[in-house]
Amino acid sequence: MSLRKPSVLPGFGLTFGFTTFFLSAIVLLPLAALVLAAASMHWADFVRVISSPRALGSYRLSFGASLLAASINLVFGLIIAWTLVRYEFPGRKLIDALIDMPFALPTAVSGIALTTVFAPNGWIGRYLEPLGVKVAYTWLGVTLALTLISMPFAVRAVQPALLEVQRELEEAAETLGAGRFYVFRRIILPTVLPALLTGFTLSFARAVGEYGSVIFIAGNLPMKTEITPLLIVIHLEEFDYQGAAALGVVMLTISFGVLLAINLLQGWGRRRHVQAAH
Amino acid sequence: MAAALPHGLAGETARPGQHTWMDAIVRWLFITVSLAFLAAVLLAPLATVFAMALAHGLAAYLHSFADPDTAAAIRLTLTTALVVVPINTVFGLAAAWAIAKFEFRGKSILITLIDLPLAISPVISGMIFVLLFGLHGWFGAWLQEHEISIVFALPGIMLATMFVTFPYVARELIPLMQQLGNDEEEAAITLGAGGWMTFFRVTLPKVRWGLVYGMVLCNARAMGEFGAVSVVSGHIRGLTNTMPLHIEILYNEYNFVGAFAVASLLTLLAAVTLVVKTLVERAGYRRR
Repeated sequence: MSLRKPSVLPGFGLTFGFTTFFLSAIVLLPLAALVLAAASMHWADFVRVISSPRALGSYRLSFGASLLAASINLVFGLIIAWTLVRYEFPGRKLIDALIDMPFALPTAVSGIALTTVFAPNGWIGRYLEPLGVKVAYTWLGVTLALTLISMPFAVRAVQPALLEVQRELEEAAETLGAGRFYVFRRIILPTVLPALLTGFTLSFARAVGEYGSVIFIAGNLPMKTEITPLLIVIHLEEFDYQGAAALGVVMLTISFGVLLAINLLQGWGRRRHVQAAH
Repeated sequence: MAAALPHGLAGETARPGQHTWMDAIVRWLFITVSLAFLAAVLLAPLATVFAMALAHGLAAYLHSFADPDTAAAIRLTLTTALVVVPINTVFGLAAAWAIAKFEFRGKSILITLIDLPLAISPVISGMIFVLLFGLHGWFGAWLQEHEISIVFALPGIMLATMFVTFPYVARELIPLMQQLGNDEEEAAITLGAGGWMTFFRVTLPKVRWGLVYGMVLCNARAMGEFGAVSVVSGHIRGLTNTMPLHIEILYNEYNFVGAFAVASLLTLLAAVTLVVKTLVERAGYRRR
């Protein structure tokens, strides 16, 4: 085979063959079915489905709440990562391990638990209710659920980058009279910026597609608190496969765009890292 | 470099460690904000799961597992994980061997394609199987003629679960095997060991912790998947309801003790997953 470098190790044919076969059968062919189902629609129908007022309303909520959640995680992700990397306090290791909880916790569990906590009679909701802040069954609840499930991406992206910030550089700057904020802006921020943006994008990507945790807290009113994945499910339940596929293609396109952005950001981060090392 | 430094501060003769009271305030502020944020969005919901499950006492909690539909949901979830995790483990091992041990064209594309299910909304992951095998799907009519049901039945649930958990084992093993290199395998082969012997005696012991971690993650997602399974399952009580789907049904019926009792099992599973992760990381077998 001229496509690969020769090696003394056996098993390339077997493992490569099995990998590509299984990948095609489970992932690629089913995804092709989605694109084909959407492609078999008339262009006018496709446009009508994806630009219906209800669909537009769902994009507004899905993308708006996801952007907001990713922004919240950008700020709190940096604060939490900083706290975990720079400070020693009792329970630090436990908190560090708990950051990954939203990864491991099934989304349905996050959904019902958050709804209960932030419902008007819930542990936190009861203090927000007199202030006129309604979280459960509003867009605020959607944002909260998306913030929780995408939080680990933001923290875990920034943590290694913060570890790499050279403390000597900070100390040198302080010795030379630089203020705290100046050190942050000129030394720490440039080092962690690619990681911050990667964390932001990963959070956003995860939040846009999320379904399980949101449907419990959203209230699911058309045009108001209905996310795009839920609208897809509604189309499917009405056996409108083409309509569901059309919305699916819209979401898939956006996912790929975000994936591309993540790759570019990580490439940028690596290049900066190499430059900094020289 | 020196020219870029602010001059206004020079008179203060600042030294590191001088303004310690300021450090203490900043430190206190950061820890407080972090803990408050985590307490509100993470710890309070986790505590709620157990508080609600035990709201009517331990007896009511335990009694909720006696419900035959709940028992059926637990059985279905275990069966699905028991089938899906081994298959994805074999796939992960094969993919990692092909990708980490050999240099070939298109390798980065292959890695990207393996990661693809992670970037896709769970709803879409379920929908593609409905489009293929549903009543109005591509093979729907043929399947109905032959009385084979995939969607709204066990095979559909397994396919959707396999799709969403597809990358987990491979993602853990590929970087680990790449980092460990080929030297020992090449030595074994040169000394006359067969391919399978090399794999079982040389490679597998080296990557076992990464493999365990990948399988545990795969299992957690397989047991907890909601969106994809929800689309293909049809929500038939006692038949095609997995644990997460059963939580939804009980919750919507205002059977909060029942819903949170099932949720507490999945929360414990997540806790075990995190413990395994921590142990594996401590063992030092984590990548990088």
